[in-house]
Amino acid sequence: MSRAVSTRRKAVVTALAWGVGLVIFFPILWTVLTSFKTEGEAINAHPSFLFFDWTLENYHTVNERSDYLAHFWNSVVIALGSTLIGLLIAIPAAWSMAFVPGKRTKDLLMWMLSTKMMPAVGVLVPIYLLARDTGLLDSKTGLVIVLTLVNLPIIVWMLYTYFKEIPGEILEAARMDGASLGSEILYVLTPMAVPGIASTLLLNVILAWNESFWTLNLTAANSAPLTAFIASYSSPEGLFYAKLSAASTMAIAPILILGWFSQKQLVRGLTFGAVK
Amino acid sequence: MNVTARALMGASLLLAATSAVSAQTTITVATVNNGDMIRMQRLTSDFNAKHPDIKVNWVTLEENVLRQRVTTDIASKGGQYDVLTIGNYEVPIWAKQNWLVALDNLGADYDQADLLPQVAAALTVGGKLYAAPFYAESSMLMYRTDLLEKAGLKMPENPDWGFITEAAAKMTDKAAGVYGICLRGKAGWGENMAFLTSMNNSMGGAWFDMQWKPQFDKPEWKKTLDTYLKLMTSYGPPGSSSNGFNENLALFQTGKCGMWIDATVAASFISDPKESKVADKVGFAPAPTRAGGSNHGNWLWSWNLAIPASTTKADAAKTFVAWATSPAYTKLVAEKEGIANVPPGTRTSLYKNEAYLKAAPFAPMTLKAIEAANTQKPSEQPVPYTGGQFVAIPEFQAIGTAVGQQFSAALAGKATADQALAASQALTSREMTRAGYPK
Repeated sequence: MSRAVSTRRKAVVTALAWGVGLVIFFPILWTVLTSFKTEGEAINAHPSFLFFDWTLENYHTVNERSDYLAHFWNSVVIALGSTLIGLLIAIPAAWSMAFVPGKRTKDLLMWMLSTKMMPAVGVLVPIYLLARDTGLLDSKTGLVIVLTLVNLPIIVWMLYTYFKEIPGEILEAARMDGASLGSEILYVLTPMAVPGIASTLLLNVILAWNESFWTLNLTAANSAPLTAFIASYSSPEGLFYAKLSAASTMAIAPILILGWFSQKQLVRGLTFGAVK
Repeated sequence: MNVTARALMGASLLLAATSAVSAQTTITVATVNNGDMIRMQRLTSDFNAKHPDIKVNWVTLEENVLRQRVTTDIASKGGQYDVLTIGNYEVPIWAKQNWLVALDNLGADYDQADLLPQVAAALTVGGKLYAAPFYAESSMLMYRTDLLEKAGLKMPENPDWGFITEAAAKMTDKAAGVYGICLRGKAGWGENMAFLTSMNNSMGGAWFDMQWKPQFDKPEWKKTLDTYLKLMTSYGPPGSSSNGFNENLALFQTGKCGMWIDATVAASFISDPKESKVADKVGFAPAPTRAGGSNHGNWLWSWNLAIPASTTKADAAKTFVAWATSPAYTKLVAEKEGIANVPPGTRTSLYKNEAYLKAAPFAPMTLKAIEAANTQKPSEQPVPYTGGQFVAIPEFQAIGTAVGQQFSAALAGKATADQALAASQALTSREMTRAGYPK
């Protein structure tokens, strides 16, 4: 009897999970479907779900008009660069906060997080002027620096949470065996925290990939990533939804594929330490 | 030839090539994603062939993103762009700030005298042209000839709001999904407020009096909003408080609207049989006035190419602007893409071209609408500002959008017309006082 209830519950939970998953995924699915419609079909008051004349015309137009590969490469450099530099700074920082906390560590963590609470536009002008004066406007280097700083609080927080789950005794044992601070972090802590670091890396690559405020405001022709590629297909006058959807699909495809293949690591990392 | 000689020759060629590349000036053009702008990008090869020493980089952005991006850059002298695509709202404001380079010598082939006087006037400050118009539009009434005929009505030469209300009532057939009138309802200074400001001009109203006092407590605004709300709630499509140009375009093209008052550029979209189901049943008339009035709203918008004062490549930028906005460019588009695709609304000569008038049957009405727009005197009342469907002051973007939100809320039934007007009067007074008007 209990087995039957358990099966039913499992079925309900599974159906619910699929339902929630589909609701969350629907906007992306709709974007992908719209990218294969004509502009007329895309704005039809009674849109078809699957039964319409599928066309690749929008992809042809987008490829003809824009340099997708250049934007893609800029996105890769900016997202990976900012995440890797962020990790290099955050791993030692999170180590010290997790294993050698001071009196003000919690305050420091909260202060770091509070920087995320300010609207980005509030610091647009000073950052813009700094970038202008240092010659970093419309450069990948400038964006890597800005996005590293923007995402650093999240990276530190995530790593801090993972590191807190690692027993300090293991590190103590390594120290007693004569490991230096660098060796302790590199050879003992890091391998144990690989799932956490991997999920932090993946999540921050996704955040940096999708970041649109700074990437649109600090770039022009040379270092514009895929966010600018998408923004170029919105129009105040005229029909553009199908082409915009094609551009969006092309922009999110790489990160969607990355997320698909690394979902196990992502879930494992994100739920690491969630159940005690 | 021995190896050394070959190596020397190769090195010389490489050096020559490098010098040629380094002699090339690269300019960055910021623009919006409109059909005419995209066509200009496609035709850049013609410019490259004529000016191999100038390389053109394009940055295409959504209108509001572009406005924010370009404003940041120009205000902070970032120098990211050498040519900007800006509207006639920005041109006089930025020119007065000395943010733009005067375009008083675009060359003999530019033919400045050929520009439509109304368009040129909106871009001229202190007798100098500060931006070259690329295309321009006014507003007009677009209607379904078949539905009007079925309603037993005939479009007057100059329709007034009374006729529009009557026609909207008779054309509406909600059971068949046909709505008498489609108008902008989405909140924004360039969205519903472009239409409503223009409508208020036609009702004899104004945004401000000569002391910069807001006029939302005057009968003209009351009449404007009451008429608008009656039209939209009785004869407009459902959910119209979120409809802008593109949404109404889609509704009209699919046969859901009897009438639509909006930018003249829409005429080409709704007359195109490839995009529009009602292409062969469309008529055009001037934007409505109040009964016995002559003010059609003074709607005038142009997308223009301007050169920021922060550029270090003004000469190359000027060469490009002259190429893109000269009569020769018109000829180029006609040759390569067909005369119907020529950017409209900027040059007198275009409206004397028989081939164009034949290819674009709506052209005479577009010209009539542009010629009727007086941006230097938008209201029948004496006012301290220029503009038309906007007020050409820097504060208007924020105030116009805030007022637009009040009116959109009234359309959505969240506030009455009186509440929306009172709130608009209060917020506009507050913001204008804060901004230090009268200046």
